[in-house]
This record gives sequence, structure tokens and C-alpha cells, in this order.
Amino acid sequence: MLKKITQINECALILDFGSIVSIDVNKYINNFANIVYDEINNKNNRFQIINCVPSYNKILIQFNPLLNNKNKIISYLNNINLEKKNTIKINSDILEIPICYSLIFSLDLENISKKLSLSKDEIINLHLNTDFHVYMNGFMPGLPFMGDLDSRLFLERKLTPRTSLQKGSVGIVNKFCVIYPNTSPGGWNIIGRTPLNLFNKNISEPCLINSDKKIKFKKISLKEFNEIEKNLNAV
Amino acid sequence: MQYNFFEVMRPGIYSTFQDIGFKNTQHLGVTTSGVMDPFLFFIANSLVGNDLNLPMIEFAFQGPKLKLIKGKAKFSIAGNVEFIIIKKNNIINGISNRSYYLSEGDIIDIIRTIDSNYGYLTVEGGFVLEGNFNSFSTLTYSSIGPNQGKKIIKKQSINFFKNGSRINKEFKYGLTKKMNKIRVIQGPQMNFFMLKTINKFFKNQYIINKSSNRIGIRINGSQIFALNSHNIDSEPVVKGSIQIPGSGDPIVLMNDHPTIGGYPKIATVILNDLPLLAQFPIGTNFQFGLISLKDAENIFKESWVKFKKKLLEIKTI
Repeated sequence: MLKKITQINECALILDFGSIVSIDVNKYINNFANIVYDEINNKNNRFQIINCVPSYNKILIQFNPLLNNKNKIISYLNNINLEKKNTIKINSDILEIPICYSLIFSLDLENISKKLSLSKDEIINLHLNTDFHVYMNGFMPGLPFMGDLDSRLFLERKLTPRTSLQKGSVGIVNKFCVIYPNTSPGGWNIIGRTPLNLFNKNISEPCLINSDKKIKFKKISLKEFNEIEKNLNAV
Repeated sequence: MQYNFFEVMRPGIYSTFQDIGFKNTQHLGVTTSGVMDPFLFFIANSLVGNDLNLPMIEFAFQGPKLKLIKGKAKFSIAGNVEFIIIKKNNIINGISNRSYYLSEGDIIDIIRTIDSNYGYLTVEGGFVLEGNFNSFSTLTYSSIGPNQGKKIIKKQSINFFKNGSRINKEFKYGLTKKMNKIRVIQGPQMNFFMLKTINKFFKNQYIINKSSNRIGIRINGSQIFALNSHNIDSEPVVKGSIQIPGSGDPIVLMNDHPTIGGYPKIATVILNDLPLLAQFPIGTNFQFGLISLKDAENIFKESWVKFKKKLLEIKTI
């Protein structure tokens, strides 16, 4: 499935797994990346790899150019054999993420409803009925890119991004769904908000939502949202 | 135990603790971060005899004003920096790229960076810091790193470990001659652009925009447009990538860049020239020049060897 390795600068390689963006391809990529993480976390850390970053259909590998071991790294990557190592993980753990669709949070729901000719409840139910795969974390710490949405919900990015979205905002574009772990500018269509903290820099698994998990949203009321948020802040 | 410490009388415009950056965190969305000018960072550490990678204060434009409240300190400032040292009876005009000895009550006032943006301040033995992810770099917008992940603020104290020694050193920095060419290699999506557009990109001058920061350097000049789409499937990016958004104004991704990006990238600034670009003041005119990846690799390795030799030439005053 690894099609090509391209060196993009003095210290980075891009592993290309083809142009298709799908859950299957991405699961393969995340398994591939897990093998590289094992190598990095191994005491020997033979290649002193500096970063292994999976995305929809690519992996970035960063290395130290002063070690002159680029060819060894490329050869190592080319020889990673997923079938043999039998590491394909099954995403069986389902993590429920509470979401409040209250109009004070779902900035674009009204708008989307007109655009897609679906009622707000229909949109919410389509979102709630999806089992999400986590493609990657990225852009900012702990931000998950998840999919795939029902094709009836496919939307373009907003023409003018908002300059500031609230922490926990849940947005959709095309077949993907993201949650902003922190206040941020953003161009995604916002349909709700979660009270959970998505990133904790002080624990060994800092990203609450990662590619080892399957995600499902669970609808909560504004009152429940406020309670959860209050409890989390009290910790 | 009570540490030696400074009190911050004025924090400066953007003063943070940084080291060489985060490793193996980009898949969590935590970017590389770290010092914008590693050469100056290494010089500052060398001047006070520190391990080369000890974290220090990076300041931009105007630096902090610090009063030494407890202990004795040997400090160094690297860069092209105007600063003064206020002692009981006199004011000393500071010289960058050397070390100084401070007694209790003395003040360092970093007035500005000259013809550059970033400068570096450290003390012998280093500062007392708590980092994240095995690094002491600071990402202010995500509150990650020392000082609760924040910029240095007025009235806070800055602790350091060691009473400084009295022997001072200097680095004859021999300011690199003004280069107005930034060298790049082909970007991953150079083929999104017509040859005519690519030629325009290299022929014309660009100017540093005032909204540049540690996340990215925004430049204006010839607007560049991709042939078909100005969006790609989001993919991991590296610092130095020159991405072309729909507006047509290029952005060079710098240390605090988002880890994943969805714009086509026409070129990538070579590692060796990144600190040079980072130091271009707002309004600087410059041009991009295309070289091969092989040349970029050689330039990086050769300049590193040369630089390490230069570090050995640091002499006692």
C-alpha cells in the first residue's frame, strides 16, 4: 500500500499511500505509524527518528540530517510489512462524546438546514447515528479529524472563516467532523459543542480522541452540558 | 531551597522560554516550536559554558528588563541587540555576543533588536523550568511549556540554578553579510503551478508583512495562484514550507506552524536559511532562489561544521 517515499527537505520524508482518502487506507496508515512509534519508543531507537505524523493518506517522517542515516531509514520504511507483523488493530473501543446541539452552540445549524434541505433534527440524527473513525490528530494539539459522515451532510468549508471559535466546538466539512480542543479561528460549519477537554499535556495519552478508538456522539441538554463543564473545571 | 532569581520589571513584546523544540509530538498536534534562530541560541549557551541545548529566553523586537534580586549571575545575550546594564554607580552599554557578571540589585534592560527580530538571553547554569514532552519550548496559544505555557509577564520571578562565575567570554560574531536571497527547494506541490507562475515567484521581490510571527512569515509581492485548486487533502507540513492560500499571498510556515495543512506548497526554504529569514525585519525586500535538494543538504552540513568550529573560537576576555 506504500506507493512512494519522497524526500521533501533536508530532514523530512513523505510516505505516499495513494490519492484515495478512505477509512480503510487510513487504518492501514495508522497501523504503519504504530510500528514506527514502536521503533521510536524502543530503547535503541536505532534511527533517531524525530517525528512520525500520519494524515489521511500520507505519513511524514522527520530525521536528523547530521546523522547521515537517511538511506537506512528509507530502507527500514520500505521493509515494514504489516501483514507479516499482523498488527492490524480492530477499533472496538467505542468512546462516547457528549454533544450539546443547543442553538447557542450550533452556530451554523439553522443555515445548514436550509442549504441541505434537512430539518435540524434530521441533521442531528444523522450525526448521532454515525460511528466515527479517527483519521488523525493535527492542526492544533488534540484536534481529531473524524469520518465518515452520511453523504447527505456533505458541505463546503465556510467562505469566510470565523476569527474565534469556542473550545469544544464541533464542525463538519465534506465527510469529516472535527472538534476544536481550544479557542481557535476556523472555517468549519459548527453544529454543536462538547464540554469535554480533548487534550491533557500531563498524561501519557494526551489526546482524548485518537485513532485507536471509535467515536460516537451522545446528545446532551444545555443543563447537562453546564453540569459536566462545571464538574470538569472543579477537578 | 530558595533559588537565585530575577524579577521582571518589563516583560518585553514577546519573551518566551525556548529550547531546540519538541520531538515526536507532531502526531498529537503539538508542533516543533523551539528557537527561531538556533545559531544564536547555541552561541548564548556557549558563552556561559552551558550545555548547548539548555533552554533560555527568546525575545522579539524589545526584550525584558530584569532586576537581579537574589544571587550572582553570569549572563549572555546573543544577537544584534541594544541593551544596558544598570549597576549601583554606573550604566554600561552592553555588547551582544559576550557574557557579563551581575551582582544583586543589578538590572539588565534589553532595549531592542537591531536590524533583526529575535535575540537570546541566558545565564550560566540555566533557568529553573518545568517543561512538557521532554522539552522546554513554549507554545503560547496552546499553553504548553514552561511558565504555564505563557509569555513572561511583569513582576513574575525567573529562577536560576547557579551563582555565576566571574570569567567572561566573547564571540566575534562577524555579522553575516546582508543576504537578500533566500534559497528554497521544490515544494511538494510545485506542479500545482504553471511554469509562468513559478517563474514569477522567483523573478519578483517579496516584502515581509507586519503580521508575521512565530507561526508563519507572511509576505507580499507577486500574488501566486494554483492552476486548478488551492486546496489539497490536509497533510503534515514542515517548517520552511511556503504555502499558497486562495488569497495568493504566500505564507512561510515557521516554528509554531499548525502540524497539518491543506494548501499547496510551491517551495520549501532550506534549513540553513530559515534563521536568516526569521530575522528579516518587517518591510525587508528579498527574493527566492531555487537550488537542488542535494545542494541544500550539503549547505546545511557544511555550515554546521563551520559553525561548530566558530563556537570553539569563543575566547575569555
